Amino acid sequence: MALRVQGLTLRYNEVLALDGASAQFPIGSMTAIIGPNGAGKSTFLKSVLGLVAAAGTVAAFGGPVAQSMPRIAYVPQRAAVDWSFPVRVIDVVLMGCYRKTGLLGLIDAATSAHAMAALARVGMQDFARRQIGALSGGQQQRVFLARALAQGADLFLLDEPFAGVDAATEAAIIAVLKALRKDGATIIAVHHDLSSVAAYFDRVLLMNRRTVAEGPVATTFTRAALAQAYGPALMLDPTDLRSEGPTERPAA
Amino acid sequence: MIWQALLLQAGYNAALVSLGAALLGAAAGAAGAFLTLRRRALMSDAMAHATLPGIGLAFLAMVALGGDGRFLPGLMLGAALTAAAGLWAVQRLARQMHEDAATGAVLASFYGAGIVILTLIQGLGTGRPAGLETVLLGSTAGMLRADALVIGFGGLAVICALWSLRRPLAMVAFDPLHARMMGVNPRRMDATLMALVLAVVLVGLNVTGLILIVALLVTPAVSARMWSTTVTGTATLSAVIGAVCGYIGAAISASVPDLPTGPVIVLLAAGGFGLTLLIRGRRDG
Repeated sequence: MALRVQGLTLRYNEVLALDGASAQFPIGSMTAIIGPNGAGKSTFLKSVLGLVAAAGTVAAFGGPVAQSMPRIAYVPQRAAVDWSFPVRVIDVVLMGCYRKTGLLGLIDAATSAHAMAALARVGMQDFARRQIGALSGGQQQRVFLARALAQGADLFLLDEPFAGVDAATEAAIIAVLKALRKDGATIIAVHHDLSSVAAYFDRVLLMNRRTVAEGPVATTFTRAALAQAYGPALMLDPTDLRSEGPTERPAA
Repeated sequence: MIWQALLLQAGYNAALVSLGAALLGAAAGAAGAFLTLRRRALMSDAMAHATLPGIGLAFLAMVALGGDGRFLPGLMLGAALTAAAGLWAVQRLARQMHEDAATGAVLASFYGAGIVILTLIQGLGTGRPAGLETVLLGSTAGMLRADALVIGFGGLAVICALWSLRRPLAMVAFDPLHARMMGVNPRRMDATLMALVLAVVLVGLNVTGLILIVALLVTPAVSARMWSTTVTGTATLSAVIGAVCGYIGAAISASVPDLPTGPVIVLLAAGGFGLTLLIRGRRDG
């Protein structure tokens, strides 16, 4: 199991952001975390990483998360990044090499080559010297993936990787993610577009502060579970879900 | 006279002061680059203004102990103590209100207290308080050789520290969550950066003065950012701009009687920023 989460609970002032959320993410799986706004999806990812202090237990690769930190990569929401920051694509990727270079270590030829190889894996090697803000949204996502690859991660936590990117770019990112999974990586992404869940992911975690349902898309991504997670508001959702049998999947 | 000062021909002391101010400017520019990238620019303003009560209290303490009230290291120690207190107050208040409001409240309160103490000191008529007000706007005229050495080496130390920490500082400024995952402690980095900025403020007390040091921290940095696409490039260019402003400003101030150094340096930096805007303003930074 790449990641095992049990009873994650977090209270912001008087608001319960996470209420005993639990989930398991097998190695090599690709999971979509879905749920309504305010369901605590981003908070769930940050709590798993210990970036916010939540109660509950989290184990990565069978041990404490802190021990596996070098294997875990986190790709933040696009809105959380300052894109005017004076940093080039290659500099961002080199930030992923910090554990190797250390505080005073110089960036030698081997490290540079390592970073360039990571860029090549996401098809961004020709953009190495561009300022990060000069790229399109999808290219920026790929640079963050390259940073994660340079780090040597094989567990990827992505917060809405497809927010604000066009369809072609979305396809490019998903191709990169699927290639990573083929190499044994585990991928967990907060996802908003219900219509593409089945096409992109093999597992789903439906949550609304607590876990509503989790498991393979085929058996878990059901009308009943969605209604439970989103409430009646989903009736207004334009994705037009049909409401028959429990294994019914939404139109992709 | 100004040209002589600029060309280091106005005497050994004046040359030393100009070089010291250049190193201070470089340190302020480099520290300011990281500070603005971390969006903490105004914090330095609160910190600088919070030095004033400490300067007054240190003066009183030194006079009470029978010493010279204007002994610079003593004044710096007092300044450091209340600046740290001001910084602590901002962080404490920021839990209850927005950080900008907390910064404003602390800045004004500490500065007000400092002005009251300074006024009281001038009323006492002891311990040669004349000249103490130069910490407000800076004055390099008649600066002692020892002071110039403190300023120069202080600036140099800050530059060395920033150079060795440039990578973790950049990571924390760009993506603090990722930095944390890579084993960098953002809180410790922020505290370190604040300590380095405090060192710049203290060293700069006699050069720019405490009111305008924020301009030497921020203005070169925002100019440099419009020219460079890397953090190291921004910090280096910012340091160069700061050094040039510090050098020329100190030389001009030293050769024109009664002209405070701080405003001259700040006007030079603002001129550089205006020039940058004219040339680069239409491009995306």
